[in-house]
Amino acid sequence: MDKFTTLTGIAAPMPLVNIDTDMIIPKVFLKSIQRSGFGKNLFDEMRYNRDGTEIEDFVLNKPQYRSTEILIAGDNFGCGSSREHAPWAIADFGIKCVVSTSFADIFFNNCFKNGILPVVLPQEQVDILMADAEKGENARMTVDLAAQEITTSDGEVIKFDVDPHRKHCLLEGLDDIGQTMQKKASIDAFEAQASAARPWV
Amino acid sequence: MSPKTLYDKIWDAHVAHEAEDGTCLLYIDRHLVHEVTSPQAFEGLRMAGRKVHAPEKTIAVPDHNVPTTAGREDPAQMTEESRIQVDALDKNAKEFGVHYYPVSDVRQGIVHIVGPEQGWTLPGMTVVCGDSHTATHGAFGALAHGIGTSEVEHVLATQTLIQKKSKNMKVEITGKLKPGVTAKDITLAVIGETGTAGGTGYVIEYCGEAIRDLSMEGRMTVCNMAIEGGARAGLIAPDETTFEYCKGRPHAPKGAAWEQALEYWKTLFTDEGAHFDKVVTLKGEDIQPVVTWGTSPEDVLPITGVVPNPEDFEGGKVDAARRSIEYMGLTPGQKLDSIEIDTVFIGSCTNGRIEDLRAVADIVKGKKIAVNRAMIVPGSGLVRAQAEEEGLAEIFTEAGFEWRLAGCSMCLAMNPDQLSEHERCAATSNRNFEGRQGYKGRTHLVSPAMAAAAALTGKLTDVRELS
Repeated sequence: MDKFTTLTGIAAPMPLVNIDTDMIIPKVFLKSIQRSGFGKNLFDEMRYNRDGTEIEDFVLNKPQYRSTEILIAGDNFGCGSSREHAPWAIADFGIKCVVSTSFADIFFNNCFKNGILPVVLPQEQVDILMADAEKGENARMTVDLAAQEITTSDGEVIKFDVDPHRKHCLLEGLDDIGQTMQKKASIDAFEAQASAARPWV
Repeated sequence: MSPKTLYDKIWDAHVAHEAEDGTCLLYIDRHLVHEVTSPQAFEGLRMAGRKVHAPEKTIAVPDHNVPTTAGREDPAQMTEESRIQVDALDKNAKEFGVHYYPVSDVRQGIVHIVGPEQGWTLPGMTVVCGDSHTATHGAFGALAHGIGTSEVEHVLATQTLIQKKSKNMKVEITGKLKPGVTAKDITLAVIGETGTAGGTGYVIEYCGEAIRDLSMEGRMTVCNMAIEGGARAGLIAPDETTFEYCKGRPHAPKGAAWEQALEYWKTLFTDEGAHFDKVVTLKGEDIQPVVTWGTSPEDVLPITGVVPNPEDFEGGKVDAARRSIEYMGLTPGQKLDSIEIDTVFIGSCTNGRIEDLRAVADIVKGKKIAVNRAMIVPGSGLVRAQAEEEGLAEIFTEAGFEWRLAGCSMCLAMNPDQLSEHERCAATSNRNFEGRQGYKGRTHLVSPAMAAAAALTGKLTDVRELS
């Protein structure tokens, strides 16, 4: 996994609440057996007409937001299915950080597995970032994971919380499976104890 | 010892390792796998030269992509991409030696229907699947939730999941349900009350007399949609209804092992005085048959209501409601029971079990549908066989329903079963998102009884008013 340290990039505003996983990547694109290539279909039904032409007023189609790296989104972002195709599409598009007042649990978790930083902030602070993002390509924010800070284009600094373990994994780009396998002895011991206590499992 | 919730007890029994910051390795008893969210995970194992840690605890079944029409063994019925996914599952299941129910097996069906039916899902277990509706299995008092593909790979490789504990939420439904009100109405009414983010960060335990009175099928319907309320998992404490359902299932314990399991299962309840971080209580008698009017499962109202006015909402929900109502082609103030329906879809992991089909048959017996098309997609080959044995299939076909083979079908429309643009559907499934059942398709979520009523009248209908 790629490391996430600091990021300075264009932020795009998507104030709609309850942006679900079907909006992020419609199921018609779930048929790939690869992890890559989903970026062109990110937000497909909001982004393209049926004939494949772009919908001009969709935020990521506007010239100033075409190379967005940070998304400022409405409440409950990523609700719906467990499809990891959603964060794959976001990452493949080039977005590495999403900010909202809340995220659906499974989506939130999936982000960290793909080098994407989801940031939860109170409404007032999301409003500040949303307003900043509205400024188009002038809105170049900086996200500093180590310092847990977002700096707006005006130099306003907003602090955020992140789980220490997840922060460490993102900063170092660590692979979960490799780390868990180092705890094999604990897993083996658990299995021995559990199969004695609950042999029917 | 301090009193524990049911969730606390199952959690504590599965922690294989706990780090200082509270990050745990949670041991997984059952891993269910389907064709859409697993290919990249198996490929990851292959690339790293890893094996499946516990193939005997891993169960694979194709469901999302499979056609539901007769002769589906013919590869021409699937798009090439769908066929590649189903073939990949077939290859991976065989290569890694996991339990597998191929399309040709009568036991094939929707993964969340097959697991309980075969006795893989049992009380007190941890169950995961790369599918958010894994919450279904919580009906057995099993801690069950959806995971992403990276986590699927992690569970395949290690049989554990990296987790931090969620908070405890109690949803109590007191008293009795009125006639015409079902488990689906309970679960939708709860989401209407809490919103789709109300359960975020929580595991919900459903309790109260109205929950106790439900069959296992009904309990699965309730827990299935815990995720639509934002909770990763829903739980219902196991009781005699649960034990009766599990007994004799192919993979349930037998003989002395059954007795030993039963003794343990009877300890799986929330202790008196245990702490819940959030409590929601609804009166069973207040719940009415409900329908959704918008494109979020929280957009739910009793069938006696009207399409709301977006201005009546607050904050970001004003724009969301406006967008929903436009997408759905409705008008604020319009009576919900005046909305005309083109299509009826009965099935899915929410409502594709035998009891759901019986409820539909009771209503449509001897009558004819008044919609353009209506399909019934049983949740598994065994549900289908049972419905045929009970004479339900005949009732359905005589009424004008299409009687399909098992799969996820039009719930998410990854197979050929899809709505066309602006086609309006009364569906027993779980999501009414934009485009969910087909590009620009319009979905109203309802119970099986309400779907049957809509099929007969051609509009959303209060099932209590059908003679």
